[in-house]
Amino acid sequence: MTDLRLEEVSVGSLENVGLDVGAGEVVCLSGPSGSGKSRLLRAVADLEPHQGRVFLGDTEQASVPAHHWRKQVMLVPADSQWWFDEVGAHFPEACRQQVPEALGFAPEVMHWTISRLSSGERQRLALWRALALEPSALLLDEPTANLDHDLSLAVEEWLLAEIRTRQMPVLWVAHDRAQIQRVADRHLHIVGNTLEPIHGSD
Amino acid sequence: MEVIDLAWWKLALAALLIVALAGVSLYARLGVTRSLLVAAARTGIQLALIGLVLEALFASAELYWIALLSLVMLLVAGREVMARQKRRLYGVWAFGVGTGAMFVSSFAVTILALTVIIGPSPWYTPQYAIPLLGMMLGNTMTGVALSLDRLNDSVWSQRAVIENRLMLGQSWREAMEGIRVEAMRSGMMPSINAMAAAGIVSLPGMMTGQILAGSPPAVAVKYQILVMLLITVGTGFGTLMAVSWGSRRLFDDRERLRLDRLIKTEH
Repeated sequence: MTDLRLEEVSVGSLENVGLDVGAGEVVCLSGPSGSGKSRLLRAVADLEPHQGRVFLGDTEQASVPAHHWRKQVMLVPADSQWWFDEVGAHFPEACRQQVPEALGFAPEVMHWTISRLSSGERQRLALWRALALEPSALLLDEPTANLDHDLSLAVEEWLLAEIRTRQMPVLWVAHDRAQIQRVADRHLHIVGNTLEPIHGSD
Repeated sequence: MEVIDLAWWKLALAALLIVALAGVSLYARLGVTRSLLVAAARTGIQLALIGLVLEALFASAELYWIALLSLVMLLVAGREVMARQKRRLYGVWAFGVGTGAMFVSSFAVTILALTVIIGPSPWYTPQYAIPLLGMMLGNTMTGVALSLDRLNDSVWSQRAVIENRLMLGQSWREAMEGIRVEAMRSGMMPSINAMAAAGIVSLPGMMTGQILAGSPPAVAVKYQILVMLLITVGTGFGTLMAVSWGSRRLFDDRERLRLDRLIKTEH
């Protein structure tokens, strides 16, 4: 089982963050905008200089080449980028034929041009693009921000099923209290420069 | 055939034509009178001075004087590359990357041409070495400046794409592939286009000069072909090195995109 462990991580205004996310566990992060949620995810993905150590199982972040680390600990940003003309070109060869049903696309979406995608469609495809690369841990930055309620529920359900099957530790930045209730095993809120646990009704 | 020397007073006749043009442009309020006269004066003074330097250099023909002049030419070209970039690397890197690339490619190609292809004796004979190096540096400078400008500008405008590609576990080289190709291409296109148009659209300056100086056109043409091939080789390798070093410098040892290393050039 691989867990994701943060030891005394400091980035931006956050100081000495210690956190252990178990395999298949979803830890939600919330906090006012500008409190450093996204920066913390970027530090865990090693996209931003930071202090402290991060482990995936027994592997320390600094001990492997950065792009190997990011392939394992994958960050899905709030606004995804697409650089080829066609959707399919962004996916590994083996995943160009199918799209998970829960995302609400026909398989033809792989032949669509990027310019016809709405922001919600981009966001759902970005989640599938990340999972298709088979990471060992996920860092999700508001993964359903551009989706309506029903689609949000469907995507959540699909994500949770994938997370449980693949036993990935997940850090999930979210705003919506109801969503946090639905998906989180634990909920941490950023107060000042630390993370404080919030105990829900369950 | 002897070259006809030009007396200084005959140059004054040509200068009079410039003065006439300045008079017309003043009368027509074109607003270029002043820059026209200043530029004409600069041409006269700068070329007269470099003439004196070259006279002295040809007379002494010592390697260390030639090396010194080459160094000055390189540093001026390096400064020019730096000044032509809208965004450039922070600190000494802005100067170092371009100058280093020009040094390696221009000097290597020039020395190779002198020792193996042309073969004057000694190999550093300034009549051959200095003009050849000048042409190499001048063209490599344009290529390196264009490619670095393109590189830094594209990285700046496509930073979100580069970072998203890094997030998906791509190495910095993969994340930069399209941008590097574009930067290389914009650095190399001018010399490729010049080769394609040579002789039909334009009679290259060096060949024209040699023919005026009395060389048989067949010889002048051979030199011109040699120089154009060498310029393209020098520009190509210089651009390749500059783009490769410059893009490496935009990432740190953890392959993070470090835009804090780019600063906007004040103009």
